[in-house]
Amino acid sequence: MLEAKGVTKAFGSLVAVNNVSLAVAPGELRAIIGPNGAGKTTFFNMITGFFPPTAGEIVVEGRDITRFTAQQRVALGMARTFQITEIFPELTARENVRIAVEVASGYRLRPWLSRTARTRVRERIEEIIASTGLTKQADRRVGELSHGDQRAAEIAMALALKPRILLLDEPTAGMGEQETYHIASLIRRLHKHSGYTIVLIEHDMRVVFNLADRITVLDQGSLLAEGTPTEIADNPAVQAAYLGSAQ
Amino acid sequence: MSTTTADTVFERPGQRSWLPTVAIWVVLLTVPLWLPWIGGYTALAGRVLVLGLAAMALNFLLGFTGVMSFGHAAYFGLGCYGTGLTLKYLSDSTPLALVAGILLGGIAGTLFGALIVRRRGVYFAMVTIAFGQICYYVAYRWNSLTGGDDGLRGFQRQPLHIGPWLIDIQNNPVLFYYFIAAVFAICIGVMAFLLRSPFGRTLLAIRENERRARFLGIPVERHIWLSFSISCFFAAAAGALYALLNNFADPMTLHYTLSGEIVIMAVMGGMRAFWGPLVGAAVFVVLQDYISSMTVNWMSFIGLLFVLVVLFFPRGLLGFVRAYSEK
Repeated sequence: MLEAKGVTKAFGSLVAVNNVSLAVAPGELRAIIGPNGAGKTTFFNMITGFFPPTAGEIVVEGRDITRFTAQQRVALGMARTFQITEIFPELTARENVRIAVEVASGYRLRPWLSRTARTRVRERIEEIIASTGLTKQADRRVGELSHGDQRAAEIAMALALKPRILLLDEPTAGMGEQETYHIASLIRRLHKHSGYTIVLIEHDMRVVFNLADRITVLDQGSLLAEGTPTEIADNPAVQAAYLGSAQ
Repeated sequence: MSTTTADTVFERPGQRSWLPTVAIWVVLLTVPLWLPWIGGYTALAGRVLVLGLAAMALNFLLGFTGVMSFGHAAYFGLGCYGTGLTLKYLSDSTPLALVAGILLGGIAGTLFGALIVRRRGVYFAMVTIAFGQICYYVAYRWNSLTGGDDGLRGFQRQPLHIGPWLIDIQNNPVLFYYFIAAVFAICIGVMAFLLRSPFGRTLLAIRENERRARFLGIPVERHIWLSFSISCFFAAAAGALYALLNNFADPMTLHYTLSGEIVIMAVMGGMRAFWGPLVGAAVFVVLQDYISSMTVNWMSFIGLLFVLVVLFFPRGLLGFVRAYSEK
Protein backbone atom coordinates (compact mmCIF):
# COMPACT_ATOMS: atom_id res chain seq x y z
CA MET A 1 0.00 0.00 0.00
CA LEU A 2 2.63 2.47 1.15
CA GLU A 3 6.30 1.84 0.70
CA ALA A 4 9.41 3.84 1.50
CA LYS A 5 12.63 2.69 -0.14
CA GLY A 6 15.94 3.88 1.24
CA VAL A 7 14.59 7.30 2.15
CA THR A 8 17.26 9.77 3.27
CA LYS A 9 17.09 13.42 4.26
CA ALA A 10 20.09 15.62 4.88
CA PHE A 11 19.88 19.21 6.08
CA GLY A 12 23.34 20.41 5.13
CA SER A 13 25.75 18.03 6.81
CA LEU A 14 23.15 16.81 9.31
CA VAL A 15 21.59 13.55 8.17
CA ALA A 16 18.17 13.57 9.84
CA VAL A 17 16.90 10.39 8.20
CA ASN A 18 19.31 7.79 6.88
CA ASN A 19 18.28 5.09 4.43
CA VAL A 20 14.95 4.13 6.01
CA SER A 21 12.69 1.59 4.31
CA LEU A 22 9.31 0.29 5.32
CA ALA A 23 6.26 -1.29 3.74
CA VAL A 24 2.73 -0.85 5.10
CA ALA A 25 0.11 -3.39 4.06
CA PRO A 26 -3.50 -2.42 3.28
CA GLY A 27 -5.61 -2.21 6.44
CA GLU A 28 -2.55 -2.17 8.68
CA LEU A 29 -2.02 0.19 11.59
CA ARG A 30 1.65 1.05 11.71
CA ALA A 31 3.22 3.04 14.50
CA ILE A 32 6.54 4.81 14.11
CA ILE A 33 8.33 5.35 17.39
CA GLY A 34 11.73 6.44 18.52
CA PRO A 35 13.46 8.69 21.05
CA ASN A 36 13.45 12.47 20.56
CA GLY A 37 15.45 13.50 17.52
CA ALA A 38 15.15 10.06 15.92
CA GLY A 39 13.86 11.62 12.69
CA LYS A 40 10.25 10.46 12.98
CA THR A 41 8.64 13.74 11.99
CA THR A 42 11.18 14.35 9.23
CA PHE A 43 10.40 10.93 7.82
CA PHE A 44 6.71 11.60 8.12
CA ASN A 45 7.04 14.94 6.36
CA MET A 46 8.66 13.27 3.38
CA ILE A 47 5.89 10.68 3.14
CA THR A 48 3.22 13.40 3.23
CA GLY A 49 4.96 15.73 0.80
CA PHE A 50 5.95 18.51 3.15
CA PHE A 51 9.43 18.39 1.65
CA PRO A 52 11.18 15.96 -0.72
CA PRO A 53 13.80 13.41 0.39
CA THR A 54 17.45 13.84 -0.52
CA ALA A 55 17.54 10.25 -1.74
CA GLY A 56 15.22 7.25 -1.96
CA GLU A 57 11.66 6.94 -3.12
CA ILE A 58 8.14 6.74 -1.77
CA VAL A 59 5.67 4.46 -3.50
CA VAL A 60 1.91 4.29 -3.00
CA GLU A 61 0.08 1.40 -4.66
CA GLY A 62 2.88 0.95 -7.14
CA ARG A 63 3.15 4.63 -8.08
CA ASP A 64 6.26 6.62 -7.35
CA ILE A 65 5.00 9.71 -5.52
CA THR A 66 8.35 10.97 -4.24
CA ARG A 67 7.99 14.34 -6.00
CA PHE A 68 4.21 14.72 -5.77
CA THR A 69 2.83 17.94 -4.29
CA ALA A 70 0.59 17.91 -1.23
CA GLN A 71 -2.43 18.37 -3.48
CA GLN A 72 -1.52 15.41 -5.69
CA ARG A 73 -1.03 13.21 -2.64
CA VAL A 74 -4.43 14.18 -1.29
CA ALA A 75 -5.95 13.27 -4.65
CA LEU A 76 -4.26 9.88 -4.34
CA GLY A 77 -5.91 9.29 -0.98
CA MET A 78 -3.30 10.38 1.56
CA ALA A 79 -4.59 12.59 4.38
CA ARG A 80 -2.58 13.81 7.32
CA THR A 81 -2.91 15.53 10.65
CA PHE A 82 -0.20 17.55 12.35
CA GLN A 83 1.63 17.36 15.65
CA ILE A 84 0.34 20.84 16.46
CA THR A 85 -3.32 20.75 15.51
CA GLU A 86 -3.98 22.50 12.21
CA ILE A 87 -7.61 23.58 11.97
CA PHE A 88 -9.65 26.64 10.98
CA PRO A 89 -10.02 28.12 14.47
CA GLU A 90 -12.62 30.83 13.75
CA LEU A 91 -15.01 28.39 12.11
CA THR A 92 -17.25 25.84 13.75
CA ALA A 93 -16.43 22.14 13.66
CA ARG A 94 -19.19 21.58 11.12
CA GLU A 95 -17.82 24.35 8.89
CA ASN A 96 -14.31 22.91 9.15
CA VAL A 97 -15.60 19.56 7.96
CA ARG A 98 -17.77 21.20 5.32
CA ILE A 99 -14.77 22.81 3.63
CA ALA A 100 -12.97 19.48 3.58
CA VAL A 101 -16.03 17.66 2.19
CA GLU A 102 -16.56 20.22 -0.54
CA VAL A 103 -12.92 20.17 -1.60
CA ALA A 104 -12.88 16.36 -1.56
CA SER A 105 -16.03 16.30 -3.71
CA GLY A 106 -14.26 18.40 -6.34
CA TYR A 107 -16.38 21.48 -5.66
CA ARG A 108 -13.56 23.84 -4.72
CA LEU A 109 -14.06 26.14 -7.72
CA ARG A 110 -17.84 25.90 -7.84
CA PRO A 111 -19.70 29.19 -7.52
CA TRP A 112 -22.82 27.28 -6.52
CA LEU A 113 -24.06 23.76 -5.79
CA SER A 114 -27.17 22.01 -7.02
CA ARG A 115 -29.78 20.94 -4.50
CA THR A 116 -28.72 17.30 -4.72
CA ALA A 117 -25.06 18.19 -4.31
CA ARG A 118 -25.89 20.30 -1.26
CA THR A 119 -27.87 17.45 0.26
CA ARG A 120 -25.07 15.00 -0.39
CA VAL A 121 -22.53 17.34 1.19
CA ARG A 122 -24.74 17.84 4.24
CA GLU A 123 -25.26 14.09 4.72
CA ARG A 124 -21.55 13.42 4.42
CA ILE A 125 -20.76 16.14 6.99
CA GLU A 126 -23.23 14.66 9.49
CA GLU A 127 -21.85 11.18 8.93
CA ILE A 128 -18.29 12.32 9.63
CA ILE A 129 -19.28 14.47 12.60
CA ALA A 130 -21.09 11.50 14.12
CA SER A 131 -18.27 9.03 13.46
CA THR A 132 -15.74 11.26 15.21
CA GLY A 133 -18.00 11.93 18.20
CA LEU A 134 -18.32 15.66 17.57
CA THR A 135 -22.11 15.92 17.38
CA LYS A 136 -22.47 17.96 20.57
CA GLN A 137 -19.67 20.38 19.67
CA ALA A 138 -20.45 20.70 15.97
CA ASP A 139 -21.70 24.29 16.11
CA ARG A 140 -19.00 25.71 18.36
CA ARG A 141 -15.89 27.46 17.08
CA VAL A 142 -13.17 24.82 17.02
CA GLY A 143 -10.77 27.38 18.49
CA GLU A 144 -12.82 27.16 21.69
CA LEU A 145 -12.96 23.38 21.91
CA SER A 146 -10.84 21.18 24.16
CA HIS A 147 -7.54 19.90 22.84
CA GLY A 148 -8.98 16.43 22.31
CA ASP A 149 -12.00 17.72 20.40
CA GLN A 150 -9.78 19.90 18.23
CA ARG A 151 -7.79 16.82 17.37
CA ALA A 152 -11.01 14.95 16.61
CA ALA A 153 -12.03 17.82 14.31
CA GLU A 154 -8.71 17.61 12.52
CA ILE A 155 -9.13 13.86 12.08
CA ALA A 156 -12.68 14.50 10.87
CA MET A 157 -11.31 16.81 8.18
CA ALA A 158 -8.80 14.16 7.15
CA LEU A 159 -11.63 11.58 6.96
CA ALA A 160 -13.64 13.93 4.76
CA LEU A 161 -10.97 13.50 2.11
CA LYS A 162 -11.95 9.79 1.87
CA PRO A 163 -8.35 8.78 2.47
CA ARG A 164 -6.98 5.36 1.73
CA ILE A 165 -4.06 6.08 4.03
CA LEU A 166 -4.45 8.15 7.16
CA LEU A 167 -1.23 9.68 8.47
CA LEU A 168 -1.36 10.96 12.04
CA ASP A 169 1.56 12.88 13.52
CA GLU A 170 1.45 12.38 17.31
CA PRO A 171 -2.33 12.36 17.63
CA THR A 172 -2.27 12.36 21.43
CA ALA A 173 0.57 14.85 21.92
CA GLY A 174 0.05 17.09 24.93
CA MET A 175 -3.19 15.44 26.01
CA GLY A 176 -4.41 14.37 29.41
CA GLU A 177 -5.40 10.85 30.40
CA GLN A 178 -9.01 11.08 29.33
CA GLU A 179 -8.39 12.88 26.04
CA THR A 180 -5.70 10.39 25.12
CA TYR A 181 -8.16 7.59 25.77
CA HIS A 182 -10.80 9.37 23.70
CA ILE A 183 -8.51 9.83 20.68
CA ALA A 184 -7.02 6.34 21.00
CA SER A 185 -10.46 4.75 20.91
CA LEU A 186 -11.38 6.92 17.92
CA ILE A 187 -8.29 5.66 16.08
CA ARG A 188 -9.09 2.09 17.07
CA ARG A 189 -12.63 2.45 15.71
CA LEU A 190 -11.35 3.88 12.43
CA HIS A 191 -8.90 1.02 12.13
CA LYS A 192 -11.02 -1.94 13.25
CA HIS A 193 -14.49 -0.93 12.05
CA SER A 194 -13.84 1.32 9.08
CA GLY A 195 -10.74 -0.51 7.90
CA TYR A 196 -8.50 2.50 7.30
CA THR A 197 -4.81 2.01 6.70
CA ILE A 198 -3.18 4.19 9.33
CA VAL A 199 0.40 5.29 9.91
CA LEU A 200 1.05 7.19 13.10
CA ILE A 201 3.88 8.65 15.07
CA GLU A 202 3.28 8.36 18.77
CA HIS A 203 5.06 9.00 22.02
CA ASP A 204 2.58 7.38 24.38
CA MET A 205 3.72 3.76 24.55
CA ARG A 206 0.44 2.46 25.95
CA VAL A 207 -1.32 3.87 22.90
CA VAL A 208 1.27 2.37 20.56
CA PHE A 209 1.27 -1.09 22.06
CA ASN A 210 -2.51 -1.18 22.31
CA LEU A 211 -3.25 -0.04 18.79
CA ALA A 212 -0.47 -0.95 16.42
CA ASP A 213 -0.31 -4.05 14.24
CA ARG A 214 3.35 -3.43 13.58
CA ILE A 215 5.86 -0.96 14.96
CA THR A 216 8.81 0.69 13.25
CA VAL A 217 11.52 2.01 15.56
CA LEU A 218 13.82 4.80 14.42
CA ASP A 219 16.92 5.87 16.28
CA GLN A 220 19.29 8.66 15.29
CA GLY A 221 17.80 8.77 11.82
CA SER A 222 18.17 5.07 11.08
CA LEU A 223 15.87 2.09 11.17
CA LEU A 224 16.53 0.26 14.42
CA ALA A 225 13.86 -2.43 14.40
CA GLU A 226 10.53 -3.42 12.96
CA GLY A 227 8.01 -5.97 14.16
CA THR A 228 4.86 -6.75 16.11
CA PRO A 229 4.40 -5.08 19.50
CA THR A 230 5.58 -8.20 21.31
CA GLU A 231 8.70 -8.51 19.19
CA ILE A 232 9.53 -4.86 19.72
CA ALA A 233 8.98 -5.04 23.47
CA ASP A 234 11.43 -7.93 23.68
CA ASN A 235 14.04 -6.41 21.38
CA PRO A 236 17.23 -5.59 23.35
CA ALA A 237 18.38 -2.92 20.88
CA VAL A 238 15.08 -1.04 21.32
CA GLN A 239 15.31 -1.30 25.09
CA ALA A 240 18.83 0.07 24.93
CA ALA A 241 17.79 2.99 22.73
CA TYR A 242 14.96 3.92 25.05
CA LEU A 243 16.58 3.33 28.41
CA GLY A 244 20.06 4.39 27.40
CA SER A 245 22.59 1.67 26.73
CA ALA A 246 24.82 0.56 29.56
CA GLN A 247 27.93 -0.21 27.59
CA MET B 1 -21.67 34.02 20.87
CA SER B 2 -18.54 34.79 18.98
CA THR B 3 -18.60 37.06 15.99
CA THR B 4 -16.72 36.01 12.92
CA THR B 5 -16.78 36.65 9.25
CA ALA B 6 -18.16 33.24 8.87
CA ASP B 7 -21.71 34.45 9.21
CA THR B 8 -21.53 36.08 5.81
CA VAL B 9 -20.08 32.94 4.29
CA PHE B 10 -21.86 30.18 6.15
CA GLU B 11 -25.57 30.35 6.77
CA ARG B 12 -25.75 29.84 10.50
CA PRO B 13 -29.18 28.96 11.79
CA GLY B 14 -30.95 31.63 13.79
CA GLN B 15 -28.87 34.51 12.52
CA ARG B 16 -30.64 37.47 10.99
CA SER B 17 -27.93 38.16 8.48
CA TRP B 18 -30.35 39.92 6.10
CA LEU B 19 -31.07 42.68 8.61
CA PRO B 20 -27.92 44.81 8.07
CA THR B 21 -28.20 44.28 4.32
CA VAL B 22 -31.75 45.62 4.22
CA ALA B 23 -30.88 48.52 6.54
CA ILE B 24 -27.87 49.54 4.46
CA TRP B 25 -29.82 49.40 1.20
CA VAL B 26 -32.65 51.50 2.63
CA VAL B 27 -30.08 54.13 3.62
CA LEU B 28 -28.26 54.00 0.28
CA LEU B 29 -31.40 54.24 -1.85
CA THR B 30 -32.89 57.15 0.06
CA VAL B 31 -29.68 59.21 0.20
CA PRO B 32 -30.74 61.83 -2.40
CA LEU B 33 -33.90 62.49 -0.34
CA TRP B 34 -32.28 63.34 2.97
CA LEU B 35 -28.66 64.17 2.30
CA PRO B 36 -29.28 67.82 1.21
CA TRP B 37 -31.18 68.38 4.46
CA ILE B 38 -28.14 67.64 6.56
CA GLY B 39 -25.81 69.72 4.45
CA GLY B 40 -24.42 67.08 2.11
CA TYR B 41 -24.47 66.89 -1.66
CA THR B 42 -25.21 63.95 -3.92
CA ALA B 43 -21.71 63.71 -5.40
CA LEU B 44 -20.39 63.12 -1.86
CA ALA B 45 -22.66 60.10 -1.54
CA GLY B 46 -21.36 58.94 -4.91
CA ARG B 47 -17.81 59.18 -3.59
CA VAL B 48 -18.77 57.08 -0.58
CA LEU B 49 -20.16 54.34 -2.83
CA VAL B 50 -17.15 54.42 -5.18
CA LEU B 51 -14.52 54.30 -2.45
CA GLY B 52 -16.68 51.88 -0.49
CA LEU B 53 -16.66 49.57 -3.50
CA ALA B 54 -12.87 49.87 -3.74
CA ALA B 55 -12.49 49.06 -0.04
CA MET B 56 -14.91 46.11 -0.28
CA ALA B 57 -12.97 44.85 -3.30
CA LEU B 58 -9.73 45.07 -1.32
CA ASN B 59 -11.43 43.32 1.56
CA PHE B 60 -12.35 40.37 -0.64
CA LEU B 61 -8.60 39.74 -0.61
CA LEU B 62 -7.65 41.15 2.78
CA GLY B 63 -10.57 40.15 5.00
CA PHE B 64 -11.72 36.97 3.29
CA THR B 65 -8.51 35.48 1.89
CA GLY B 66 -6.08 36.89 4.46
CA VAL B 67 -3.72 38.45 1.92
CA MET B 68 -2.63 42.09 2.23
CA SER B 69 -2.26 44.27 -0.86
CA PHE B 70 -0.87 47.76 -0.39
CA GLY B 71 -1.21 48.62 -4.06
CA HIS B 72 -4.88 48.45 -4.87
CA ALA B 73 -4.85 52.05 -6.06
CA ALA B 74 -3.03 50.72 -9.14
CA TYR B 75 -6.09 48.83 -10.35
CA PHE B 76 -8.44 51.57 -9.19
CA GLY B 77 -6.37 54.14 -11.13
CA LEU B 78 -6.09 51.94 -14.22
CA GLY B 79 -9.87 51.59 -14.19
CA CYS B 80 -10.08 55.35 -13.92
CA TYR B 81 -7.72 56.00 -16.85
CA GLY B 82 -9.18 53.19 -18.95
CA THR B 83 -12.61 54.76 -18.71
CA GLY B 84 -11.35 58.31 -19.24
CA LEU B 85 -9.22 57.43 -22.25
CA THR B 86 -12.06 55.47 -23.85
CA LEU B 87 -14.47 58.38 -23.47
CA LYS B 88 -11.92 60.87 -24.70
CA TYR B 89 -10.50 59.06 -27.70
CA LEU B 90 -12.58 56.03 -28.62
CA SER B 91 -16.27 56.16 -27.89
CA ASP B 92 -19.00 58.26 -26.35
CA SER B 93 -20.70 55.28 -24.75
CA THR B 94 -20.59 55.41 -20.95
CA PRO B 95 -21.21 51.65 -20.46
CA LEU B 96 -18.49 50.80 -22.98
CA ALA B 97 -16.04 53.11 -21.22
CA LEU B 98 -16.95 51.55 -17.91
CA VAL B 99 -16.28 48.05 -19.26
CA ALA B 100 -12.99 49.20 -20.82
CA GLY B 101 -11.81 50.59 -17.49
CA ILE B 102 -12.79 47.42 -15.64
CA LEU B 103 -10.98 45.26 -18.18
CA LEU B 104 -7.83 47.38 -18.15
CA GLY B 105 -7.46 47.34 -14.36
CA GLY B 106 -8.71 43.78 -13.94
CA ILE B 107 -6.51 42.23 -16.59
CA ALA B 108 -3.46 44.16 -15.36
CA GLY B 109 -4.15 42.80 -11.87
CA THR B 110 -4.64 39.26 -13.15
CA LEU B 111 -1.35 39.26 -15.05
CA PHE B 112 0.59 40.89 -12.25
CA GLY B 113 -1.03 38.59 -9.70
CA ALA B 114 0.24 35.51 -11.53
CA LEU B 115 3.80 36.73 -10.93
CA ILE B 116 3.50 37.41 -7.23
CA VAL B 117 1.19 34.82 -5.64
CA ARG B 118 4.11 32.84 -4.30
CA ARG B 119 5.13 35.79 -2.12
CA ARG B 120 3.58 36.13 1.32
CA GLY B 121 2.96 38.75 3.94
CA VAL B 122 5.23 41.78 3.85
CA TYR B 123 6.90 40.68 0.61
CA PHE B 124 3.55 40.43 -1.13
CA ALA B 125 2.54 43.85 0.17
CA MET B 126 5.86 45.36 -0.96
CA VAL B 127 5.65 44.12 -4.55
CA THR B 128 2.05 45.33 -4.80
CA ILE B 129 3.21 48.82 -3.74
CA ALA B 130 6.00 48.67 -6.31
CA PHE B 131 3.64 47.79 -9.14
CA GLY B 132 1.32 50.63 -8.12
CA GLN B 133 4.20 53.11 -8.18
CA ILE B 134 5.23 51.91 -11.65
CA CYS B 135 1.71 52.65 -12.89
CA TYR B 136 1.76 56.02 -11.15
CA TYR B 137 5.02 57.11 -12.79
CA VAL B 138 3.89 55.94 -16.21
CA ALA B 139 0.76 58.08 -15.93
CA TYR B 140 2.79 60.92 -14.45
CA ARG B 141 5.36 60.96 -17.26
CA TRP B 142 3.33 60.02 -20.31
CA ASN B 143 2.10 63.57 -20.86
CA SER B 144 0.83 63.18 -24.40
CA LEU B 145 -1.58 60.37 -23.50
CA THR B 146 -2.47 60.84 -19.86
CA GLY B 147 -2.03 64.56 -19.33
CA GLY B 148 0.78 63.86 -16.87
CA ASP B 149 0.66 65.61 -13.53
CA ASP B 150 -2.40 67.65 -14.54
CA GLY B 151 -4.44 64.53 -15.02
CA LEU B 152 -6.65 63.47 -17.88
CA ARG B 153 -9.27 66.05 -18.79
CA GLY B 154 -11.53 66.68 -21.74
CA PHE B 155 -14.04 63.86 -21.37
CA GLN B 156 -17.51 63.69 -19.90
CA ARG B 157 -19.79 60.86 -18.92
CA GLN B 158 -22.52 60.55 -21.53
CA PRO B 159 -26.25 60.00 -21.07
CA LEU B 160 -27.42 56.40 -21.22
CA HIS B 161 -29.56 55.21 -24.10
CA ILE B 162 -31.64 52.24 -23.11
CA GLY B 163 -34.06 51.35 -25.89
CA PRO B 164 -36.25 54.36 -26.54
CA TRP B 165 -35.34 55.96 -23.21
CA LEU B 166 -32.63 58.44 -22.51
CA ILE B 167 -31.32 58.55 -18.95
CA ASP B 168 -29.48 61.79 -18.46
CA ILE B 169 -26.81 60.78 -15.97
CA GLN B 170 -24.65 63.55 -17.44
CA ASN B 171 -26.54 66.49 -16.00
CA ASN B 172 -28.81 64.97 -13.38
CA PRO B 173 -26.71 64.14 -10.32
CA VAL B 174 -29.48 62.14 -8.67
CA LEU B 175 -29.86 59.87 -11.69
CA PHE B 176 -26.08 59.49 -11.79
CA TYR B 177 -26.07 58.55 -8.12
CA TYR B 178 -28.53 55.76 -8.87
CA PHE B 179 -26.38 54.67 -11.77
CA ILE B 180 -23.41 54.33 -9.39
CA ALA B 181 -25.63 52.53 -6.89
CA ALA B 182 -26.71 50.05 -9.58
CA VAL B 183 -23.15 49.23 -10.62
CA PHE B 184 -22.18 49.03 -6.94
CA ALA B 185 -25.06 46.62 -6.28
CA ILE B 186 -24.03 44.32 -9.11
CA CYS B 187 -20.39 44.28 -8.00
CA ILE B 188 -20.97 43.59 -4.33
CA GLY B 189 -23.75 41.14 -5.23
CA VAL B 190 -21.25 39.10 -7.22
CA MET B 191 -18.71 39.30 -4.39
CA ALA B 192 -21.25 38.21 -1.77
CA PHE B 193 -22.38 35.38 -4.02
CA LEU B 194 -18.80 34.15 -4.52
CA LEU B 195 -18.06 34.34 -0.80
CA ARG B 196 -21.04 32.11 -0.03
CA SER B 197 -19.94 29.48 -2.53
CA PRO B 198 -17.65 26.50 -2.01
CA PHE B 199 -14.97 28.59 -3.73
CA GLY B 200 -15.47 31.40 -1.20
CA ARG B 201 -15.11 28.92 1.63
CA THR B 202 -11.75 27.75 0.28
CA LEU B 203 -10.59 31.39 0.50
CA LEU B 204 -11.69 31.53 4.11
CA ALA B 205 -9.84 28.26 4.68
CA ILE B 206 -6.65 29.83 3.30
CA ARG B 207 -7.08 32.85 5.56
CA GLU B 208 -7.68 30.68 8.60
CA ASN B 209 -4.86 28.21 8.10
CA GLU B 210 -2.88 28.03 4.91
CA ARG B 211 -1.08 24.81 5.82
CA ARG B 212 -4.31 22.99 6.61
CA ALA B 213 -5.84 24.30 3.38
CA ARG B 214 -2.91 22.97 1.39
CA PHE B 215 -3.13 19.54 3.03
CA LEU B 216 -6.84 19.38 2.28
CA GLY B 217 -5.83 19.49 -1.36
CA ILE B 218 -6.57 23.14 -2.11
CA PRO B 219 -4.04 24.59 -4.58
CA VAL B 220 -3.41 27.60 -2.38
CA GLU B 221 -1.45 29.74 -4.86
CA ARG B 222 -4.05 29.33 -7.59
CA HIS B 223 -6.89 30.28 -5.27
CA ILE B 224 -5.04 33.33 -3.94
CA TRP B 225 -4.41 34.35 -7.54
CA LEU B 226 -8.11 34.02 -8.37
CA SER B 227 -9.06 36.01 -5.30
CA PHE B 228 -6.50 38.71 -6.16
CA SER B 229 -7.78 38.92 -9.73
CA ILE B 230 -11.42 39.16 -8.66
CA SER B 231 -10.46 41.83 -6.15
CA CYS B 232 -8.62 43.79 -8.87
CA PHE B 233 -11.57 43.66 -11.27
CA PHE B 234 -13.86 45.19 -8.66
CA ALA B 235 -11.26 47.77 -7.62
CA ALA B 236 -11.03 48.70 -11.31
CA ALA B 237 -14.83 48.97 -11.46
CA ALA B 238 -14.67 51.45 -8.58
CA GLY B 239 -11.96 53.42 -10.40
CA ALA B 240 -14.01 53.46 -13.61
CA LEU B 241 -16.98 54.91 -11.70
CA TYR B 242 -14.63 57.45 -10.12
CA ALA B 243 -13.61 58.73 -13.58
CA LEU B 244 -17.28 59.13 -14.49
CA LEU B 245 -18.03 60.85 -11.20
CA ASN B 246 -15.33 63.49 -11.61
CA ASN B 247 -15.10 63.65 -15.41
CA PHE B 248 -11.40 63.57 -14.69
CA ALA B 249 -8.62 61.03 -14.12
CA ASP B 250 -5.99 62.06 -11.62
CA PRO B 251 -2.55 60.38 -11.37
CA MET B 252 -3.03 60.44 -7.60
CA THR B 253 -5.67 57.73 -8.08
CA LEU B 254 -2.72 55.44 -8.88
CA HIS B 255 -0.55 56.57 -5.99
CA TYR B 256 0.20 54.47 -2.93
CA THR B 257 -1.35 57.08 -0.64
CA LEU B 258 -4.73 56.11 -2.06
CA SER B 259 -3.83 52.43 -1.59
CA GLY B 260 -3.17 53.25 2.04
CA GLU B 261 -6.45 55.11 2.36
CA ILE B 262 -8.34 52.13 0.96
CA VAL B 263 -6.67 49.88 3.52
CA ILE B 264 -7.58 52.36 6.29
CA MET B 265 -11.23 52.34 5.17
CA ALA B 266 -11.36 48.54 5.20
CA VAL B 267 -9.64 48.16 8.56
CA MET B 268 -11.49 51.05 10.22
CA GLY B 269 -14.87 49.79 9.09
CA GLY B 270 -14.11 46.19 9.98
CA MET B 271 -12.42 43.77 7.63
CA ARG B 272 -14.09 40.72 9.09
CA ALA B 273 -17.52 42.09 8.21
CA PHE B 274 -18.83 42.14 4.66
CA TRP B 275 -20.21 45.70 4.94
CA GLY B 276 -17.43 46.97 7.18
CA PRO B 277 -15.33 48.63 4.45
CA LEU B 278 -18.36 50.59 3.21
CA VAL B 279 -18.90 51.96 6.70
CA GLY B 280 -15.20 52.79 6.87
CA ALA B 281 -15.38 54.56 3.50
CA ALA B 282 -18.42 56.56 4.60
CA VAL B 283 -16.68 57.75 7.76
CA PHE B 284 -13.47 58.50 5.88
CA VAL B 285 -15.05 60.39 2.98
CA VAL B 286 -17.48 62.42 5.06
CA LEU B 287 -14.82 63.39 7.60
CA GLN B 288 -12.39 64.25 4.82
CA ASP B 289 -14.96 66.47 3.17
CA TYR B 290 -15.95 68.15 6.41
CA ILE B 291 -12.51 68.61 8.00
CA SER B 292 -10.68 69.57 4.81
CA SER B 293 -12.98 72.60 4.53
CA MET B 294 -11.49 73.79 7.81
CA THR B 295 -7.87 72.68 7.72
CA VAL B 296 -5.41 71.24 5.21
CA ASN B 297 -4.24 68.86 7.92
CA TRP B 298 -7.40 66.77 7.66
CA MET B 299 -5.36 63.57 7.46
CA SER B 300 -4.04 64.00 10.99
CA PHE B 301 -7.60 63.90 12.32
CA ILE B 302 -8.50 60.82 10.32
CA GLY B 303 -5.19 59.28 11.39
CA LEU B 304 -6.05 59.91 15.02
CA LEU B 305 -9.48 58.35 14.57
CA PHE B 306 -7.89 55.36 12.85
CA VAL B 307 -5.50 54.81 15.75
CA LEU B 308 -8.37 55.03 18.24
CA VAL B 309 -10.49 52.57 16.29
CA VAL B 310 -7.64 50.08 15.99
CA LEU B 311 -6.86 50.40 19.71
CA PHE B 312 -10.38 50.24 21.07
CA PHE B 313 -12.40 48.43 18.38
CA PRO B 314 -9.93 46.01 16.81
CA ARG B 315 -12.73 44.47 14.78
CA GLY B 316 -13.54 47.84 13.26
CA LEU B 317 -16.58 50.06 13.67
CA LEU B 318 -19.05 47.58 12.23
CA GLY B 319 -17.44 44.67 14.03
CA PHE B 320 -17.93 46.56 17.27
CA VAL B 321 -21.57 47.34 16.54
CA ARG B 322 -22.21 43.72 15.73
CA ALA B 323 -20.47 42.36 18.80
CA TYR B 324 -22.45 44.80 20.92
CA SER B 325 -25.81 43.95 19.34
CA GLU B 326 -25.23 40.24 19.84
CA LYS B 327 -24.61 40.56 23.56
